[in-house]
Amino acid sequence: MSLGRIWPSVAQFFLAVLVVGQVAIASDGGVSLGSVAPDFKLRNVDGKMVELADFEDQKGAIIVFTCNHCPYSIKYEDRIIALNTQFAPKGYPVIAINPNDPVKVPEDSFENMKVRAREKKFTFPYLVDESQEVAKAYGATRTPHVFVVSNTKEGWRVHYIGAIDDNASNADAVESFFVRDAVNSVLDGNVPTTSFTKAIGCTIKWKNK
Amino acid sequence: MIQFLLLVMGLSFSRVEEVNLDQLQSRIHTTSDTTYVVNFWATWCRPCIEELPAFEALSRKYSSEPVVVILVSLDQPQDRLTKVEPFIRRRGYTRSSVVLLNQPKPHLWIDQVDSAWSGSIPATLFIRGNRRLFGEFQFGGAQLDSTFQSFREGRQ
Repeated sequence: MSLGRIWPSVAQFFLAVLVVGQVAIASDGGVSLGSVAPDFKLRNVDGKMVELADFEDQKGAIIVFTCNHCPYSIKYEDRIIALNTQFAPKGYPVIAINPNDPVKVPEDSFENMKVRAREKKFTFPYLVDESQEVAKAYGATRTPHVFVVSNTKEGWRVHYIGAIDDNASNADAVESFFVRDAVNSVLDGNVPTTSFTKAIGCTIKWKNK
Repeated sequence: MIQFLLLVMGLSFSRVEEVNLDQLQSRIHTTSDTTYVVNFWATWCRPCIEELPAFEALSRKYSSEPVVVILVSLDQPQDRLTKVEPFIRRRGYTRSSVVLLNQPKPHLWIDQVDSAWSGSIPATLFIRGNRRLFGEFQFGGAQLDSTFQSFREGRQ
């Protein structure tokens, strides 16, 4: 084999390593579908600590990584409230977690979270992930980023990871209600038709190392 | 009448063209030796806005070479003339090509841009012929240029 023919394959190999390397980084440390999600203990806007274990009497939970400032999070606020209204009575309450570094985005500070929770009359916990370790453990990358988990003997099993629905800008024009349909499927004992989606969103504002 | 004329003139001189994904892909998937630097951003995304000057500087630096910088706004289509266009004019970005990607249902097309993309922005795609480099980078000025150079020279 001539060098001219070897070279492109060498280049392809390095490109493949590069691409695979990036995928690995993206999912590094995150939970995957069917795996057991880790518990957490975080401060709520009312000052009390909240653990996933506190929801032991529930069937599951809708964990939403979100924040104050991100326009996508703001567009979804009313829909997150509606998810809790619809599914908390069925055993799937919403737990909202803000993982953003308030040094980078002062609007996402704990004090401002309290203001937002009060203004929007949040009916669910709005927790601050100050160390950002929970977001890292779940593999959250953007806001809003949803993880639907069910309460099983083995732990909190992950059934859905992704977006709330298919239309961030217009709630009235949504065609696919990913989270709603996923929770309904799990409630019916079925596997969600769509269990993983990507969406445009704000990058989680990680602390500078 | 004057308002109408101004509107027509404003539209015809619009710096920000609306494209769908096929149109965007057909611009960057070529067999030419042009290197495309495609940055996904939005006016509401702070880290995106912070790094935009580096992209404009890159397109100026390589203005005499086959290098095309495309700033792909993911703002809402209705914000194209009211937010994106004024933003680009105010910033004086005249070298980079600016488009607004109007493609509904992001969950269906994010993987078509790159399977490594989670959907968060900023994100940048370098493409030349069949070589590509994608990442959810956030670039300072020097970082962008060095990544661009090593990509173009085939080092990454």
